[in-house]
Formats: sequence, C-alpha cells, structure tokens
Amino acid sequence: MDQITREAIRYLGYGRNAADDQTLMLIKDSFESLRSVVGSKSVCRIFDLQWKDDGTVIIGTMEVKSRSLGRNLRGCDRIVLFGATLGIGVDRLIARVSLTDMAKAVVLQACAAALLEEYCDQCQEKIAEEMRTEGRYLRPRFSPGYGDFSISCQKDVMQMLDCAKTIGITMTDGFMMSPSKSVTAVIGAALTDTKCHTHGCECCEKKDCQYRRDTL
Amino acid sequence: MILEDLGKKLLFFDGGMGTLLQEKGLKPGELPETWNISHPEEIIGIHQSYIEAGSDIILTNTFGANALKFHDESCPLKAVVEAAVGHAREAIARAGVKRNVYVALDVGPTGKLLKPMGDLDFEAAYDAFKEVMIYGEAAGVNLIHIETMSDTYEIKAAVLAAKENTKLPVFVTAIFDERRKLLTGADVPAVISMLEGLRVDAVGMNCGMGPEQMLPVLEEFLTYSSLPLIIKPNAGLPKQRDGETYYDVLPAEFAETMKLVVEKGAVVIGGCCGTTPAHIRKMVELCRGIEVKPVTTKSFTVVSSYGQTVFLGTGSKIIGERINPTGKKKFRQALKEHDMDFILKEGIMQEDCGAHILDVNVGLPDIDETAMMKEVVTKLQSVTSLPLQIDTVDAKAMEAALRLYNGKAMVNSVSGKQESMDAVFPLIQKYGGVLVALTLDEDGIPDTAEGRVRIAEKIIREAQKYGIEKKDLVIDVLAMTISSEPRGAIITLEALRRVRYELGVNTVLGVSNISFGLPKRPVINSNFYTMAMQNGLSAGIINPASEDMMKSYDAYHALMNLDENCSRYIARHTELKEQVSASTPATVHEMTLKAAIEKGIKEEARQITMQMVKEKAPLDIIDEHLIPALDFVGKGFEKGTVFLPQLLMSAEAAKAAFAVLKEQISAAGQLEEKKEKVILATVKGDIHDIGKNIVKVLLENYGFDVIDLGKDVPPETVLEAVKKQNVRLVGLSALMTTTVVSMEETIRLLRKEAPKCKVMVGGAVLNQEYADMIGADFYGKDAMQSVYYAQELLNG
Repeated sequence: MDQITREAIRYLGYGRNAADDQTLMLIKDSFESLRSVVGSKSVCRIFDLQWKDDGTVIIGTMEVKSRSLGRNLRGCDRIVLFGATLGIGVDRLIARVSLTDMAKAVVLQACAAALLEEYCDQCQEKIAEEMRTEGRYLRPRFSPGYGDFSISCQKDVMQMLDCAKTIGITMTDGFMMSPSKSVTAVIGAALTDTKCHTHGCECCEKKDCQYRRDTL
Repeated sequence: MILEDLGKKLLFFDGGMGTLLQEKGLKPGELPETWNISHPEEIIGIHQSYIEAGSDIILTNTFGANALKFHDESCPLKAVVEAAVGHAREAIARAGVKRNVYVALDVGPTGKLLKPMGDLDFEAAYDAFKEVMIYGEAAGVNLIHIETMSDTYEIKAAVLAAKENTKLPVFVTAIFDERRKLLTGADVPAVISMLEGLRVDAVGMNCGMGPEQMLPVLEEFLTYSSLPLIIKPNAGLPKQRDGETYYDVLPAEFAETMKLVVEKGAVVIGGCCGTTPAHIRKMVELCRGIEVKPVTTKSFTVVSSYGQTVFLGTGSKIIGERINPTGKKKFRQALKEHDMDFILKEGIMQEDCGAHILDVNVGLPDIDETAMMKEVVTKLQSVTSLPLQIDTVDAKAMEAALRLYNGKAMVNSVSGKQESMDAVFPLIQKYGGVLVALTLDEDGIPDTAEGRVRIAEKIIREAQKYGIEKKDLVIDVLAMTISSEPRGAIITLEALRRVRYELGVNTVLGVSNISFGLPKRPVINSNFYTMAMQNGLSAGIINPASEDMMKSYDAYHALMNLDENCSRYIARHTELKEQVSASTPATVHEMTLKAAIEKGIKEEARQITMQMVKEKAPLDIIDEHLIPALDFVGKGFEKGTVFLPQLLMSAEAAKAAFAVLKEQISAAGQLEEKKEKVILATVKGDIHDIGKNIVKVLLENYGFDVIDLGKDVPPETVLEAVKKQNVRLVGLSALMTTTVVSMEETIRLLRKEAPKCKVMVGGAVLNQEYADMIGADFYGKDAMQSVYYAQELLNG
C-alpha cells in the first residue's frame, strides 16, 4: 500500500486498524475522481526574521507573539511564508457527491487532505533545496491555528502572499479558507539543522486525537 | 471619446503600479491605496512617467479600493478615490502632452469568494463595486477598467454595478493560467460569451503570465471574441531573489512580443506586474506605427457556466427536461415541500446520463416562483457545472435568475407575440443569454412549415432592434402530437430544416410532445428524435434517463461521423453490457439483506429487497432485517471495529433498501408512518458542512425526517424553522472556534424564543466542556451519538 493511501486511511480515523476492501476500493476510486478536478497551486515569499526581546517575531509588517510558533522558529533568521491549494474543483466535487453518496464524500475529503499534504511536502522540498544553497535548513511548516499561533494571523499571511490573486485562496469572515483544501503556513529557516524536530501533527498538544500520527 | 478610438487605432495602457510603489517604499501587506492620501507626489509622478512614456490610458491607484478589501479608519473610501482620480488628472496636466489621455478607474477583485463556494453574497459584491464606481464617475474618470479577475461571478457583479450605476465605457480583463482557465474554472469562450452578453466594450487578459505565455490564450480570444482585445501581461513570470519577487523580461524583449501581440490582433495593450515606464516606452516606440487588425464578428452560439461551455451547432446537444413539475407528481411534491435535495439530485442524475444543459422550470401556482428559481439556480450551480436553461413564463423570475446566474444562460422562452417580445428581449439585451424562440404568435401555432418560418423571421427581425443577434436565438418550431395532428411531425421536420438551413439559425425542440396520447411513447419519441436531428436539430429537450432516447442520440452521432472513432458510442454501450452481467440474480441470492447492508453494497441491498418484497411485508423487512443490520453496524462503530466510511456505506445501502420499501408501501396505498422531525444546520459563518451531512444520512436511516437548512445559517433562520415546523430537536454543526460563537448565539436565541426545543451540537473543535459552556443540551462526539440522542429524546 502506498504512503498516500495510508495517510487517507489515517484521516478516516482507522487508527491502527486495517481498512476493509470496500473502503480501499472507495479510496482508489476517490483518488481517481480527484485527479481530474485538482488544480494545485502554491506561492511563497521569503523574509528576514526578526525577534523582539519578549519573544515576538516580526515578519515583514506582521508581528506575532506565540509560544508555540516561537518554539518552532527557534534559531531561525529567515522565514518563508507559504500558501498552497488544490483548487475549488475539489470543493465542488465533494458538494456534489455529498448529495448522492456520503460515504464517498467522506473518503474524498480524506483523500484530498492527503493529496494536499503530499503537495505541500513536495513544494517544501523544493524550497528546502533552494535554501540549502544559501546554507540554511528548513523547520517544519507551521500554520496559523496551530498551538497558540492565532488563526487571525492567517489574514496577514494571505495578504502578504496576495493569495487571492496568485493562487486563488480566499478567506471567509470566520477565517475559513475557500477552497477548503488549502494551507497557509510559515516555514522557518536556520543556519543549523535540527534532526529531531517534531512535525506538525506530533507537536500538537491534543494527545487524545483519533487522527494523531505518532500514537498509531 | 475613447469609444471612437477603440478598435480603430492602437491604444496604450500604462504599466505596473504596485511594483513601482514597492520600489518607493510600500511594504508587503500595506494597502497601496492609502498612498493616494499619504504620498500624493509619488502617485502623480508614476502616472506622469507613464504618460510621458506614451500611455493613452492611465489607471487610477484604486485597485483594492472597495469596502470589502480596503479598511482604513483614517482614509474614507470616497476621499481615496477622489484623490486617486485627482492625481491622474494632475499628472495629465503636468505632462502636457498633445494627444488625448484617458483616466480609467481601476477596479480589482474584492479578495473574497462569492457564495455558494465562499461567503460573499452576490449583491454584497455588487454593492461594493457600485460604491467605488459612483465615486469614480463623479470624480471624472473616462472609463472603468475591471481587471485581474479570477471568477466569472465576481466579474458579473462588477460589470452589472458599472452598467447600472454609471454611463461609462467598461473594459474587463481577467487572469488566465497555463491551462487557459480562470482560477475558478471558466475557459476563454465562457468568459467571452458572458461578457459579450453583458455588453462590455472590450475584453482581454492581464497579470498572471508574461507576454510569451499569453500568446496561446490570445489565439483563443481571437477565435471566439467579437470585442476589441486588451492584453496586459506581466514582465514575465514572477521570480524570487533575496526574498523579493521580481520579473525579468526586459523592456526591449517585452516590446518585441507586444509587437507580435498587436500583429495578431490585440488593439489595447499595456503592462501589468513588473512592467515600468521603460517597458511602456519601448512598447509604444515599437508598436506605434502598426495598423490595427479590424475586430471581426464571430457567430458561435455559446451557452456557458462558471466551468463549462456548450457550443450549439455541431452535432446535437441534450437539454435535460427533468427539472420541471409538468406531469411529474414527485417533482411537484418536492417543490411544495421545498425538498431541495430531490431537485438537485434530478440535476446530477441527468448530468450523469449525458445531458449538456439542464432546463430549470419551477413554476407551480402556489409557490413563490421567483424565490424558488433563485434558490434552485444558485444551488444547482454549486453541484453541477452544466449550463442551465432558465425556463419560465414569469418575467420577474426570469430576470432574477438571469441576474444571479453565473455564466451565459439559455433562456426558455420568447414567442412571436408582441407582448412576449417586449417583455423578454430587454432582459436578454441587459444580461445576455441564448434565447429559445417559439414559433407561435397572437394567432396561435401556424399549421404549415411556412407559417412557422415566417414567425421565426419576425422574431429574428424584432430581436435585432435590441441588438440581439441571430447567434443568440434558438428557434423552437414546436412539435405537435401526431395523435391529433396527423401531419404534425412532417410540418415540424420541414420547418426545422428550413429554419436551420435557410435562415441559418440554431434550433431546439421539446421532442416528446410528438407522441402525446399514444401507447409506448418511447418508440415514437426516439425515432422522431433521430429524424429531427437528421433535419437540423441543434438541441433536443429530452429525458436523458430514457434509454431509448439516448440510444437514438448515440447512434445518430456515430452514424453521422459526429462521434470520432465511435468512441462515445463504444464507451456508453460497452459499459451497459457489463452492468447487466454484474447484477445478474445469481449473485443476489448468495447474500442476505443483512450482509449487504453490513458490507455496504448498495446495489445488492436494493436487488435483494426487491426480491424480498414479493414474499414479505415491508414493515416486517424493516423490523427483522434492516434495523438489526443497522444496529449491528452502529454498535461496531461505537466499539471501534467499524469505521466512518463503512458506517456510511451501510447507511447508503440501507437507504437503497428503504427506497424500495417506500415505493412498495405507497404503491399499496398505505400511509407511511409519521416521522419525527429534526432540524440540522451548519451555523452562520461556517461554510463546510460535511459533518452535518453525515449526521443527516444517519438520522434519515433511523427514520427521522431531517429538515436540512444547509450551511452558513443565521440564528433567526433556525428559529423560524423551529417555530414553523414545530420541531423538538435541532442539531447544530460548527467546524472552527471562530464559528462556535454563532453556535452559541443560535442556542441563546432558541432558549429565549423556543425554550422547549432541545439542541445537540457537534463539530471538530467541540468537546463536552465547550458544549456545556455554550449551553447545548447534548454534545455528539460522533454521528451515531446524535442518532442515539435523537432516538432517546423523540422515540423514547
């Protein structure tokens, strides 16, 4: 079984359990349906990272005070603002399938989430390569809404990346992104590499989450 | 004045504004429009340098100046727009050039996505554009330039705002990507057809790509557009260096490609991101002497939506007729009960069967047709990208639908009656559309082909008075039943042929009228359909779920070399064979209903149930087989041996079985058991409703009548539904912490106004503690918990 199918199964809440054949078929079918509607796009911008004495970080015009972000960015002097989306076609497909087959809608949702993560990883790998040429190493990406990194910062990140124009991510008044399969994040870059840095899911404080990766 | 020059001589736009402002110190994220107030000299200076470089049209620094994007306490919007226009005028005065220089009000997108995919109301977007456009016209701009657009719907709101509130010429450019599409999915002909329908003055593209990359898109524009073409590329694709975005196509290279752009046929050119006065100067120097290619008129008949374009004229197209209450009991009932799911599923079903366009008729004597039409059109456009045919005799409903429709709609219909033409043509003139014209007039339907052709000619002539061209008319020569009109088919076919080939206009027919009153209607219908296609039928309004009709369709296109390599025919008819063999009864008997539901195999569950009803009473099947199977799966889900997809597959399988039983019960004339009602809603501000939909499927399975209010539902709407339907249980869903606030607000309102109603809540960010805090009666950790709570409360 490939990695992305395993991720989709995790998003479906299977935990350590094996998925049954019917579900596996639905997953395969869902990835196929998604292929024709996905239009992945990404954008990034690199800034110098400045620190204030109280731990506040300054990224361009944005100032953020967040303990969990501070921890994530420890040792960094540059920062990448990053945005990525699978496009609005995915939402349209899920809306449509929700009317006729809820099981597939749920599986599509999980598969799209897995695709988005994979796409973000690929984008990040490219950025990492570029940064390595200037001797810098990337930290795991960190999104507004993780830990105490306020979701309201999503607005600033999107504005600085001009997301609506460049890749078509917009935000509702309630800070929801549309297309829903979208990510905004910051990625710290430092002159030193840390091997044992924990990734997004594992550093979350919600330890009893049924989707959690490191307990599976 | 600019309209006199447009298309006759080459007009030069200016270049980038943002890039230059950044060089002068504008920070990322800072609103450039505030500089109209805080840095007037810089703005005037930029305009002046473009005029001196040769620009004929300069864009005001108002790209993001709309109430949705621009919030700055210290600079009111009106002052910003006035200052911006003033700076442009001042720059013209300072430059002192002899030629005419025009000031265009620059209007960019709101940065929000419109409903149904986003949370911005169409009319709210319209209002935001309207405000700035009124300021702009009052301040003295010469035209409005709507640019950098990514969504046809938002473009439509902006164009309508400009047309309805100002007298200014309107130019529109959008961003296309390498797939030659907008970010929201529209292709070039979709954008052009909508904008031609809305009667803008020039169209084209800007931003997104460099001049090289724009060439293929430009070709497509030239193929389909009858309007003057605007091209405003970036100085190449964006690149990054030291964290800064830059563009590396230099002025000389930029100008060379722009020369090619003009030679191909663009008549208004300029630059976007990364272009500077140096780019514009080189471009003007190199292109000034070139004579513009005349803009040519195209005659494609195009119907479009945000994501699909249908060309009428090659082969025949299928217009699905099922969204229409005439003669359909279930559909009538769905309209009366506001069963939106039923209506939407009819749409999806027809698309799956192969329809190209969906007819939408929701007229019933006792419902508010305008409101229903608006709702159905909007909701259909959130689940299917097929273009729609707005079918109504009510001009008010027609206008409301045309206004809200995302794309260029087909409209059904106008007739040769003066009254009808007087009512319908102005709507098409304003909103655009491909109009179905019925060949009947004050004297009724002529009983000769000649008579019908005459009326078609009259309609075409009258339409021209409104500037509606032949390409936007589709003539319906009307099929009359042969049971009362023996020569009905012969007359219709002759009229069809003459209209199509002598008048050169596309045609449409409601095909199945031909057999009214006869037995085995599909036999007559499908043969007549073939004959009609053979005689020039551009589009048939048919039932795409009818196998006979689709066989005729597929065979005709294969026979007439309209189906390359017979690939459509082979794909559709090979598949059919496989389906039949997969559902042979042999496999059915090997499985019990219980097993089929537990495994979640829909088709098996349906087939087995059909077998079972021959021997067993429906209610016994429910009690002895269905319910135990559902309980088994539900328990498994609780124990963690069955997971969400399986739970839902079982639910869908059970639903298929229930559908068979329901039919059996109503066929036997029995009344269904009265069901308890439950209201479900995703709260205001929340636009993701998958959680709510999961709960809905399960509740329905367990025999509840779910009233689904949808997503982004205001507290007042929930309350209103609770009171009106006298409901005892409401389920609310919220995905994010930011929207739980609306959940709390809804609960507060219900407590006050409907204290007897219980509220259960669920959603990703909720937990028991949080649910208690906002005063919910029950927190559903997962979908099954909600079912158990509803059972305990209502079936108790």
